[in-house]
Amino acid sequence: MLNYTFHWNQALKALPQMLEGALVTLQIAGLSMAIGLACAIALTLFRLSENRLLRGIAAVWVETARNTPALFQIYMAHFGLGSFGIHLSPFTALLAGIAFNNAGYLAENFRGALKAIPETQTRAARSLGMTPFQAFRLIVVPQMLRIAFLPITNQMVWAILMTSLGVTVGMNMDLAGVTQELNARSFRTFEFFGIAAVIFYLLTKSVTLAARAIAWRMFRY
Amino acid sequence: MFDTALTLSDLGFLAKGAAMTLAVTGVSVAAGTVLGVVFGVIRAQVGPYWAMPQTFILDIFRSVPLLIQLVLANSFQAIIGFGWGPFTTSCVVLSLYTAAYCTEIVRSGIDAVPATTRRAARSLGLTWWQDMRHIVAPLATRVALPSWIGLSLGVMKDSALVLWLGLTELLKASQILVTRLQEPLFILLICGAIYFIISFPIARLGGYLERRWSPND
Repeated sequence: MLNYTFHWNQALKALPQMLEGALVTLQIAGLSMAIGLACAIALTLFRLSENRLLRGIAAVWVETARNTPALFQIYMAHFGLGSFGIHLSPFTALLAGIAFNNAGYLAENFRGALKAIPETQTRAARSLGMTPFQAFRLIVVPQMLRIAFLPITNQMVWAILMTSLGVTVGMNMDLAGVTQELNARSFRTFEFFGIAAVIFYLLTKSVTLAARAIAWRMFRY
Repeated sequence: MFDTALTLSDLGFLAKGAAMTLAVTGVSVAAGTVLGVVFGVIRAQVGPYWAMPQTFILDIFRSVPLLIQLVLANSFQAIIGFGWGPFTTSCVVLSLYTAAYCTEIVRSGIDAVPATTRRAARSLGLTWWQDMRHIVAPLATRVALPSWIGLSLGVMKDSALVLWLGLTELLKASQILVTRLQEPLFILLICGAIYFIISFPIARLGGYLERRWSPND
């Protein structure tokens, strides 16, 4: 019936390699989330500032991140920055692209979360003698992160999915890259990518479940 | 001072790429929305327990990277012997991807219609279909439309990935030009600007509708 014989054995033999790739994928996703969160908090500060330049930077960053494809952003980091003499390796380019994207989306989530924190709290903190930055760091940010916890975990899932875009710029260490390399050697496309899909599914599911467990531990009153 | 080898016909080439992006997006969003509405109504009608198999399958489309879905679908259609071109394959995958997200949007829209309103409609003698058409649809659309706009834009941006199957959409077109002209920054900026011009006004419209139609004002 089918003119194709599945060779799952060959693909399963490569499983250890692919799992190593999955580890790299998780690392990239985790790192990009850490950088993205830091940048997003900075962007939130920029948006609140009086300085027009800072507000402009934040607006351009957020709107670019949200209105262009993630793949475009990675291309920009990989090919575009070359014009300035900055030549990023596929790993760095991928990381930079995803972190840029994360920061934009997270900053937008933080904007929503910020609305839920009463202005009076900042004022109370200020009248207790905190500097504006202290009030932001000690009063606003912790609550902001708590309110935005669910969107943050969603973004983490997105970050994992986005790492697969690394193949297009020649990344060969992460899960998608390893899979593509194995595929190029054997042309067992369906088997290899099928296994990669299962691994990705398990990765994203475990992140979601872990996030739910953490939320349950942290946010019950 | 500023010198570029980019000609008018190159811009036409980019425009053709953009047209391809829009074509893939249009077909996928249309088909995906129809599927999503069907699945969403099923989900809202039978409840979370009986819809579990459907939820599980649709969840796969949201938990596996689109790029891998595209590669898998492409090799699968070759194995089965469908002989689909890259355009058809891309549209099928993106439609299912859209449907997976759209189902959740439709479900939350339907759930946002108060049960009492629907019971009132039924007790006035409306059939299930009439209730769906005249009561639920208008109310649910208000809740769901902003998210649906967001989803459509998401699909438009994600459609960049179909370049992996060899379809020359906007990003691939600019990549070809970059390879030929060796001016990556300039061409990529144009490409990004085109994406931005398509996406930004619609995103703003979505945000406006969300504020305008939010239930508490």
